[in-house]
Amino acid sequence: MTAPILIAENLSKTFHAGRRFGPGGRQNIQALSNVSLKVYPGETLGLVGESGCGKSTLGRTLLKLYTPDAGKIIFQGQDITRMSERALRPLRANMQMVFQDPSASLNPRRRVGDLIAEPLRVHNYGAREKIQARLEELMHLVGLAPEHLSRFPHEFSGGQRQRIGLARAIALNPSLIIADEPVSALDVSIQAQIVNLMADLQEQLDLTYIFIAHDLAVIRQAAERVAVMYLGVIVEIGDTDTVMLTPAHHYTAALISAVPEPNPAARRARTILQGEPPSPANPPPGCRFHTRCPAAQGRCKTERPELRPYGENREVACHFPL
Amino acid sequence: MLAFAILIVIIAACLAAPWYAQNISQSDPFASNLDGSITLAGQPVDIMQSADTGFGVTPIGPTWTQKYFLGADDQGRDVAARILFGGRNSLLIAAGATLICLTLAGLIGIVAGFSGGFVDSILARILDILWAFPVYLLAISLSAVLISRGLKLGPVTIDSDSLLIPIAIIGIVYVPYVARPIRGQVLSLARSDFVLAAVCLGVPRARILWKDILPNVITTLIVFAPLMMALNMLTEAALSFLSIGVQPPAASWGTIILDGEGLLYTRPAVAIAPGLAIMLTVVALNFLGDGVREAFDPRAKIRVQK
Repeated sequence: MTAPILIAENLSKTFHAGRRFGPGGRQNIQALSNVSLKVYPGETLGLVGESGCGKSTLGRTLLKLYTPDAGKIIFQGQDITRMSERALRPLRANMQMVFQDPSASLNPRRRVGDLIAEPLRVHNYGAREKIQARLEELMHLVGLAPEHLSRFPHEFSGGQRQRIGLARAIALNPSLIIADEPVSALDVSIQAQIVNLMADLQEQLDLTYIFIAHDLAVIRQAAERVAVMYLGVIVEIGDTDTVMLTPAHHYTAALISAVPEPNPAARRARTILQGEPPSPANPPPGCRFHTRCPAAQGRCKTERPELRPYGENREVACHFPL
Repeated sequence: MLAFAILIVIIAACLAAPWYAQNISQSDPFASNLDGSITLAGQPVDIMQSADTGFGVTPIGPTWTQKYFLGADDQGRDVAARILFGGRNSLLIAAGATLICLTLAGLIGIVAGFSGGFVDSILARILDILWAFPVYLLAISLSAVLISRGLKLGPVTIDSDSLLIPIAIIGIVYVPYVARPIRGQVLSLARSDFVLAAVCLGVPRARILWKDILPNVITTLIVFAPLMMALNMLTEAALSFLSIGVQPPAASWGTIILDGEGLLYTRPAVAIAPGLAIMLTVVALNFLGDGVREAFDPRAKIRVQK
């Protein structure tokens, strides 16, 4: 296999909430705890998990939008963990982000052309005519018309706005795009269009995606590999088909069995989880899933399982994998 | 739009004050005229008439003609002309104070909201302290000191009867009321997805501030402007009424109301007319504020087209 484009080693990120002397005291919310990850060029890595499991935080930390508390991020062979924003700026052209809510990620007071041209101007792409030509090319790539450039974001539908977000992200020909739930704010019919557009762009522009989603069906269509997160840790990572068809972690199994089955004749054993996920401000010791795991034993309560290879191209963090 | 038209008329009328005094009312609105008389319907009429009952004199009431249209005040001066001259000061002070207030508040709000951390804490505490003073108490104590002595700050000397004093005082006391919401807006803008997107695109901080944050803040400030101007106008009137705003013989709508206070039973027009002028202006400014807000909402354009 080729060298990874992005390596995350033992990333941790803690957010602070509340005041030290306020009611309830200061809370440390551990959004990421020792997350390690490798992303290979040209692939799409899915990132799934329920709300609050830290998948968006991971995406933003990998792009240095948040500074990690511990761990290392290596992008294209360069350690960017402690790099200053100024030193990082040229690299930013190579790693981009697509946001969940396209209406929030596009400044409502700027025209589409201005928004998409912003990265080109900042990175000194060239003269005005060159930028204009690139803008029209980009609009064509994402399936919009060049005359849309002079409109405001609010004049577009959600799907079109996400296309604008994509156009801005690919403007500088990046190698990595982290898409943070790019389709979950869209109608189901539009979701497929955007997923297909992203696949086309990947093919044409040699992109690598980290695709964050909570919808397993979307992940299944979009991603070759998938990482499952629970409460700030990656519990399982492997080829999408392998993970989806034969989940090894009990949480993955529960997640997959929660997807509605379109065929009513197909009966299957369902794992139904009890209770709510514990608060990330006070994560359980040992395996973070032991409070809800159907197979938890004494060892799970004290000893934290590390991600260990399990079969081909798969790693699982569980003492008693399925 | 009606509000805007009314404001234009008011401003134009106030600008025309010297012309009105010279050609229509034909009297000096800043000099007392206790012995004069005018001709009304062929009869000479004293401007200061002896009172119907008891002692003293009562100024002439509204004549509804060229001279003394709204009557005279207790110095025998033409009230209509004084209202036009006073309106200049009232509008000038309100506008100047608004300018000072919005500039300071915008600056403080943006710096506090965008830098965050220590700077933000310090600025926020200063605003809190300023906010903790009752506006009028602060304004009254500031003007009491400044108007009795004037201000000498190094090379800058401001006379005690300068309009700059009420402008500065009114401008400063309302700074926290604008700076707070601006700071909040900048704070939320700085965390918005589109600023995050800009960071992600490698846009330098200064450019983010200039291109993404400032346009949004300027719009808020512009929306604030007419509303603050209305508020400033009321404050100016209140301070002048307490004789700590505009100093005689100069006039403002507040001082004319004060002149009219003693004549309230006999010649109520002296106090009512500037009161109406203030009311009309403030209402027009408030409506204008609403209109401006809608005009600056990019999403509201759809409504206009329909």
